[in-house]
Amino acid sequence: MTARVFIPRDAAALSVGADAVAEAVAVEAARRGVSLDIVRTGSRGLLWLEPLVEVAAADDPRHAFGPVAPEDVPRLFDAGFPAPDADDPLALGPTEAIPYLRDQTRLTFARCGAVDPLSLEDYRAHGGGDGVARALTMTPAEICQAVTDSGLRGRGGAGFPAGIKWDTVRQAPGAPKYIACNADEGDSGTFADRMILEGDPFLLIEGMAIAALATGATEGFIYLRSEYPHARDTLRAALRIAEEQGWLGERIHGSDHTFRIHLRLGAGSYVCGEETAMLESLEGRRGQVRAKPPLPAHEGLFGKPTVVNNVLTLCAAPFVLAHGAEAYAAHGVGRSQGTQPFQLAGNIRRGGLVEAPFGITLRTLIEDFGGGTRSGRPVRAVQVGGPLGAYLPTDALDVPATYEALAEAGAMLGHGGIVVFDDTVDMAAMARFAMEFCAIESCGKCTPCRIGSQRGVEVIDRIVARRDREANRALLEDLCMVMTDGSLCAMGGLTPLPVQSALRHFPEDFHRQAAAE
Amino acid sequence: MVDRAPWAEDRARAILAAYRAEPGALLPMLHALQETFGCIDAEAVPLLAEVLNLSRAEVHGVVTFYHVFRRTRPGRHVVKVCRAEACQAVGAESLLDHVRRSLAVEDGGTTADGAFTLQVVYCLGNCALGPSVMVDETVHGRVTPARFDAVAAIHRDREDAA
Repeated sequence: MTARVFIPRDAAALSVGADAVAEAVAVEAARRGVSLDIVRTGSRGLLWLEPLVEVAAADDPRHAFGPVAPEDVPRLFDAGFPAPDADDPLALGPTEAIPYLRDQTRLTFARCGAVDPLSLEDYRAHGGGDGVARALTMTPAEICQAVTDSGLRGRGGAGFPAGIKWDTVRQAPGAPKYIACNADEGDSGTFADRMILEGDPFLLIEGMAIAALATGATEGFIYLRSEYPHARDTLRAALRIAEEQGWLGERIHGSDHTFRIHLRLGAGSYVCGEETAMLESLEGRRGQVRAKPPLPAHEGLFGKPTVVNNVLTLCAAPFVLAHGAEAYAAHGVGRSQGTQPFQLAGNIRRGGLVEAPFGITLRTLIEDFGGGTRSGRPVRAVQVGGPLGAYLPTDALDVPATYEALAEAGAMLGHGGIVVFDDTVDMAAMARFAMEFCAIESCGKCTPCRIGSQRGVEVIDRIVARRDREANRALLEDLCMVMTDGSLCAMGGLTPLPVQSALRHFPEDFHRQAAAE
Repeated sequence: MVDRAPWAEDRARAILAAYRAEPGALLPMLHALQETFGCIDAEAVPLLAEVLNLSRAEVHGVVTFYHVFRRTRPGRHVVKVCRAEACQAVGAESLLDHVRRSLAVEDGGTTADGAFTLQVVYCLGNCALGPSVMVDETVHGRVTPARFDAVAAIHRDREDAA
């Protein structure tokens, strides 16, 4: 069998030259008359090692090299590439034995980076499709019950139990019903949705089909942010293949169920990641938040019962169905069951995707997996859960990453993004940025968010400029309270979280000018 | 390269026809128009209103709500520099300053030679390998000022060669 070489075409890998490496491998192989198959995969998520090149002869375990530059390729071939070579400085040994990957619990991301994302055959060969096959033998109520029993909660940030949401839609009167997948991954520090869409798109298609079977939905929409052209292309191709193979369309998998998926692109609006704003956008309107109730489960897309789930929630469902609720619930702690794909980002030495059971501490993630900062300077602040998440100081990192423990620490998990800053960060500037971002991205519907964020920028500027500091600090606290309690959605409601946490944990940064004078 | 065809109503009508059966078709239609014309021309607004049976105000409201939709033609390449938190943690602000100086444009502006339009964006999903810059649809990671200049030079050279 011809040796295979695996090179990602994930956007992160491409951003550091994976295409040039693939081309160099092809050119060098042709020049030397070496026969090999180049398989373009998603990313394993060991992003600091990208472009990560893997080799495998026949069914041998894969060996990895990375980060590979095009100029390394002739040297690798000199030493016998694509045979594994333990002596090259870029050799990483068997991929699955790399501690960063070995120490993870990959339920959702099991295939990501290992398979050809657009090969349904590869997908099947690696366990794909077992979840929907099982779901087809169950009643809708049984599927909802299994998801409820698994403890799976919404991975977009709100953490609502997925099975209960599905069951609400199942029981809601009205047709057609919709599955609306939120792939508007706008939080800075998050890229898990993008990785799975580029690396294992059939998983989402399977997850949405399971949700459709559970609820009686016949139409699905994927709302993908427009900043992800690679995910868009992969998803488009995957949807076409799924239709051709009878995984989507009429009588899916030979059953009596009809389920179609439409891919829709966002247009650069952060607030469209909020579920009701997303529904408005899907309906062709400004992405303005709707008041709840009615819940989308009762009156969602086009006024019909709608499941709105994040990509990762839907992508966890196939495992739950294929392996049983208990197998999923066996991971995690308390009411945070299963695994969470954490994303290590910002100023971090070993950035990437770490899927681990809930309960792992932030310190383990940042220090053991992440290896501290990329700059080599001390970690000073960590923002968990995107631009609306709290900034934590280093002495708060022993908190276990669960919905409950983070809430208790005044923080939130969000979509699992962890952004690390070193000691050069100016936390007053970051607090100001949180307000500025809210002002730019506010949908404008409610006043606390639309106007409050603008005033927030100004008040922080006055504090930093030492103008009537105590009065302005009190004013900022008051403003944050109004935004928290008075905003219609999480955009205005959570923007105070980064602001107040920065004030609480890093007050000295708001006094810098004073110290300098 | 960004497609920037001059406005042509018959061409626009043909593009929109493909989406008429779609529920909530306005965003897909706007994307399709911008893909061809490089922006949403003023003439597109009454046309969309007619095709979708909306008021012009409603269409205008949607066009202006979303950051992606432009109302003037961009340069031949669109440069998006990320200034979200993860990229800020690795120097996005100073990179952005450099890009502004290097291209001699303000945010949203187009270079004098029409080669580049600069846009500031919030997250390209490349948060472990920042700072990130997207040129047209290609993402570049760990971008230093020197690397940005090299990427810009490659695009200008390609144009000169063509």
